[in-house]
Order: sequence, then C-alpha cells, then structure tokens
Amino acid sequence: MKKFSKVLSVAVSAAMVAGVFTATASAEETFKIGGIGPMTGAAAVYGNAVMNAAQIAVDEINEAGGVNGAQLEFNPQDDEHDAEKSVNAYNTLKDWGMQMLLGSVTSAPCIAVEAEAANDNMFLLTPSGSAVDCITAGDNAFRVCFSDPDQGLASAKYIGENGLAEKVAVIYDSSDVYSSGIYATFRAEAENQPFEIVADPSFTSDSKTDFSVQLQQAKDAGAELVFLPIYYNEAALIFQQAAGMDFAPKWFGVDGMDGILSVEGFDTSLAEGVMLLTPFSADAEDDLTKNFVAKYQEKFGEVPNQFAADAYDGIYAMKAALEQSGATPDMDASTLCDAVKVAMTEITVDGLTGTGMTWSAEGEPSKAPKAVVIENGAYKGM
Amino acid sequence: MKRKKLKSNLITYGIVIAAFVLVQILTYTGNLSSLLKGLLIPLCVYVVLAVSLNLVVGISGELSLGHAGFMCVGAFSGAFFSKCMQGVIVSGGLRLFLAMLLGAGVAAVFGILVGIPVLRLKGDYLAIVTLAFGEIIKNVINVFYVGIDSNGVHVSMKDQFSLGMDVDGTVILNGPQGITGTPKDATFLAGIILILVTLFIVLNLIDSRDGRAIMSIRDNRIAAESIGINITKYKLMAFTISASLAGAAGALYAHNLATLQAKKFDYNLSIMALVFVVLGGIGNIRGSVIAAVVLTALPELLRGLSNYRMLIYAIVLIVMMLFNWAPKALEWRERYLSRFFKKSVKEGK
Repeated sequence: MKKFSKVLSVAVSAAMVAGVFTATASAEETFKIGGIGPMTGAAAVYGNAVMNAAQIAVDEINEAGGVNGAQLEFNPQDDEHDAEKSVNAYNTLKDWGMQMLLGSVTSAPCIAVEAEAANDNMFLLTPSGSAVDCITAGDNAFRVCFSDPDQGLASAKYIGENGLAEKVAVIYDSSDVYSSGIYATFRAEAENQPFEIVADPSFTSDSKTDFSVQLQQAKDAGAELVFLPIYYNEAALIFQQAAGMDFAPKWFGVDGMDGILSVEGFDTSLAEGVMLLTPFSADAEDDLTKNFVAKYQEKFGEVPNQFAADAYDGIYAMKAALEQSGATPDMDASTLCDAVKVAMTEITVDGLTGTGMTWSAEGEPSKAPKAVVIENGAYKGM
Repeated sequence: MKRKKLKSNLITYGIVIAAFVLVQILTYTGNLSSLLKGLLIPLCVYVVLAVSLNLVVGISGELSLGHAGFMCVGAFSGAFFSKCMQGVIVSGGLRLFLAMLLGAGVAAVFGILVGIPVLRLKGDYLAIVTLAFGEIIKNVINVFYVGIDSNGVHVSMKDQFSLGMDVDGTVILNGPQGITGTPKDATFLAGIILILVTLFIVLNLIDSRDGRAIMSIRDNRIAAESIGINITKYKLMAFTISASLAGAAGALYAHNLATLQAKKFDYNLSIMALVFVVLGGIGNIRGSVIAAVVLTALPELLRGLSNYRMLIYAIVLIVMMLFNWAPKALEWRERYLSRFFKKSVKEGK
C-alpha cells in the first residue's frame, strides 16, 4: 500500500515536472500581459468579464499592428477569489514570463498580490480592485476604477447637494472590503451634508439572501432614501423583498449596482427610479461603447458590465503607457515597470469609463463619476 | 519491533530533510520556478495541519471537522501580535517564532475549551459538534473590530466607526475583512523546522506511554476504562496538542500573505485537511505528509489545463481514493504489485 502511494506520487510529480522547473524563456517579440481574477466560484462573474474584455482589447490592438511594433499576449489565470490562490496564480504567470499584470480583479486577493508585485517591481494595473490598500504597497501599482473612498465621498455629496433626502438608511456588506470601504467615507462625509443617517444595518457574505430584517430597520427609522453600496445580485433581492413589504424609498447605488438590469428573472420595473453612480453604462451612445458592447455580445452572448469596461480601458491604458515610454518587449519586468510607471502619469486615455482619464503617481485615476437613473428599464443620465 | 519503528520514523524525518535539501539546491542553482517557490510555505502549513489532524483522527480515533477553527485562532493571534510588535521587535525570525508560540498557545486554550464539552460525545455526534465549533470560532472573529491609538487598545463588536479612535489610530482587526499588512516573516526554513518539530512531537507521543493509552481508548474504550485509564484526560491531551500544532501552522500561514480573512478558515478547509489525512492513511503520519504535499501542489501544477483543472483535480482525487482504499483495488494491487516486486528483486540478484 505504502509502496503504491510512493509509486503514484513519483508518477504524478514526474508528470508535472514541467511546472516545477523554470521554463527557459523563448523568443521575446511580444509583450506578455498576465491577468488574475476569479474565473470559477462565487465571484466568477467579475473575473470572467474582465478576462473576456481584456482579450477583446488585446485582439483589437494586435489587429491594428500592436504596440511599438510588437504584439501583445494575454494569459488569464484563475484565483477563485482567494488570496492564497491569487499569489499562486501570480507566481505561475511569473514563470510564464509575464511583464505586466492586469489584476487582481477582486480587492482582498489584490492586496496579497500587490505585496508580491511591489517586491518584484512588477507593473500592476488592477481593473477593479477598489480597496485603498490594493495599490499602496509600492509605486508599481495603478487602478482603473474609482477607489472606495472616492465613491462614498461622491455619493454623499451628490445626495446632499441635490437635496434628495433628509433621512438616509444604508444597507451594506460588512464582510466586503468594497462595500464597507464605501460606507466608511460615505458616513464621514455625511456629517458635512444636510442629511442624517438614520439606520445602517449590515449583512455578511454568509447571509445574503434574506434582507427583511435590514429593510424593516430602515423602514422603522423612516428612511426616505436607502443607499446601497453593494453589488447588483444582492440589490436585486433587496428590491424584490422591499416591494413585498410595501417599502418604497428612493434607492441610490454605486458602480457595483451596474448590471442590475441584466439579472435573470428580475422584474426590471422594481428597479425603476434607482439612481446610481457608475463610470460605465452599456447603453451609452458613443461609438466606443457601442462598438465594444456589440463585439462583446457577439463573442460571449451577454451585455458587458462595468468590470469588463474597466478591463478594456486597462489594456488600452497599458498600450498608451508602453507607447509613451517607448518600451520594447525584450526588457525584463522590472526595467519595464520603471519605464511604464513614469509613463502612466503622463498619459491621457479616452475610454469606456471616462474621457480624459489621467493617473496620479499614487496610482489613482482621475475621471468624473456619472450619475444615472433607471427609467423605462434603461439608464438615463441625470 | 522497536527498531523497525525507529527506522520508519527516521525515514519520515529523512523525507522532510531531503525535500528541504533538494529545494535549497534547486534554489541556489536557479532551477526552481516561481510557482513552486510561492507554494513552499503553504505546503509546510498544510503538512503540519494534516499531521496534527491525524493525531486526533488517526491516533485518538475521533472524527473532528473543526480543525480549521484552531488554525484560524492561531493565525489571527499570531498576525495580531506581529502587527502590534512590528516596530518593537525588528528581527523577522524572532517575531515569527514568538507569533507561532503565541498562536500555538492560544489555539491550545481554545482546544481545551472546545474539548471539554465536545469530547463527551463520540462518533458522528462529535464530528457534527466540532463542525459547529469551527464555524463559531470563525464567526466570533468576524464580529471583532480592534484598533490601536495613542490611548491604547479599542475593541468594538459593532463596526469600525464605534472604535472611537484618535486620528493617529490604526485598525488592526477589521471585522470580516480581517488583518491586512501582516509582515511577511514566513520562510521555508521556518516551515521545515515547524514540520520537524510537529513530527517530533506527534511521533514521540505515539510511541510513548501516553500515546499507547490514547490508542487503547480508540481501540476499545470499555477495556481501556476498566484498566483505569482516564479517558477524558487522554482524549483531551490529544485534542489540545493537535489544536496547538494547527495554531502554529495558522500563524505561519498568516505571515505568508498580506491579507488574512476568517472566511478562509471555513469547513471547506477542515474537510480539506481531513482529505489529506484519509488519503494519506488514517494513523499514518508519513502518508499525511505526502498526501498534503501532493494534494496542495496538484491543482496549481495543473494550471496548464486551464478550465479543466478543477474537474481533473476532482477526478484524480476519486481515482486515488479508490486505488488506495477500495477492497478490490487493494487485492489486485497486492497480487499484481507483490509479484512484480518479487520478480524485480530476483532480477536484481
């Protein structure tokens, strides 16, 4: 028995020996971009959107002749929304010869990967890791999306300056960095605004199917507006359950709410009048968005969400930075990072999630948040 | 008999040391891939976890499904200690050592607390109660918010805003978001030393008077009781040692990643550890070591198969279980492999 275990382990390890030793680098005529995100498991929606959109952007760039005369190569890796697996994915990509990283998609894994990437001086651009700590470990990291505090700040200001309500309730996910990060700054800014937070019930990722307690709390407190710094899956359930208990306040969401209209089996009339701050709407009329949405639908059969848009812009930002720095594919990752991180602060990108996007040396993007309201089952600018 | 056992134990230590030497050689000659370099410390963590669980499942004969809970306690107390001491203790090695000791100690306390009520049950009932305790530990850590400022430590069970800290305060334990920015002190050497210490403790316990008492309870509780063995004491002993080793493994785990969330230590991880133990052979310490290494590394090394890897991982797991444990497979292997082995011995002569 023991002997067999040994034979088996030897056989298995022999079969996978290629994964153990360093691969000798082959011809270096392409820029190698790695992608890390959850492609299986509960958060797979986000990871797959990012990987699909990044692939579309890479294909487009390659068809148009590449960057500085070189082609791009994109390698997506799965991290199952787990920090440990995300670091493993990062190391796998390093073995592959990655020069730039688009990821990680989700915040907590991104913090772990950024700690490694800062050590290696690897250029990191996260499309959607919105927690503050995602890009603070080094000057190698940038992001495409807004940071959580920015969204909380913008939401509180918007509600206050437009006099949307005097009594506001907040329902947030306390186990999620994204959700509680937005709420933290929302709450801080609320003190300077002419409304008060009357209730702030929270839930965790272990119990996100029944929201009647949280809704009842908000209703009892007399909230006129409920701020939902959460993702659209939970928001869809909240709208349904609120309708069931005759609770009809104004709803206000953030970019995670984007996608609410494409939830299967969701009655979109429930989302009528919902306001949200989002950098991207798939119904926008500009050519760039139309072209991207059409391509995405043709290839993957669904409407792209904001994660996809962030990833698409991320690849184009990388392209712009590579061109600005005049980098060549034969540079190693660290030299490339030194060149590109300077170039990142010099470029201006017109993308799906905003026009005239620029980046600070800390890695934060600067773009204007757009507020939209859902009318007749579609977004309408406010 | 005794000699044979000693030889077998030496082989187990030898495998670990040989693996360490091999990895060192590969590192210095630059032949080790980044993936494997990144996997080394998690491998050490899971080996210690599997060996410690084998003490409860294999030696003490109690099916525990809450082992990840003890790892969780160790990880959080270790990471908390290191975050607080970051400015005080400069040496990473010393900090890690103290954090692991603390993690082991706190996990041992939890082991006793959980063990006293739980070990009065047996079999399936014990399995279910340990499962519940594992989840309780995870959820208790989820509600704590701890921050430090110039006035001292602030603790809240509501949210981070009710900590009421000064501006200079930092939140260390942020509820379900856990601890961010633990210093990365873990090294492969520390992991190997922890494995060797774990093996030393567990193997010596098995061969000791206490170990024989524990095994006698497993084999026949009534007979053991009739000759005056204190059942609760010995069961609690095995359970606590196992918990503290898992706690040390947790502390090592926490010092390898920049983020630590209690969500990671759910029943999936407990069952994963149980899979290592069962696949490696219940009560077989060396088997646990090998199974933990193979099963942790397998899904990562299969990354080349992209989307199919989780499917293939599951199939490999089923096939390995069948090969190792199905009676027909055992019989077939005995016949086929023993003949093959004898033949090769003859040819060797």
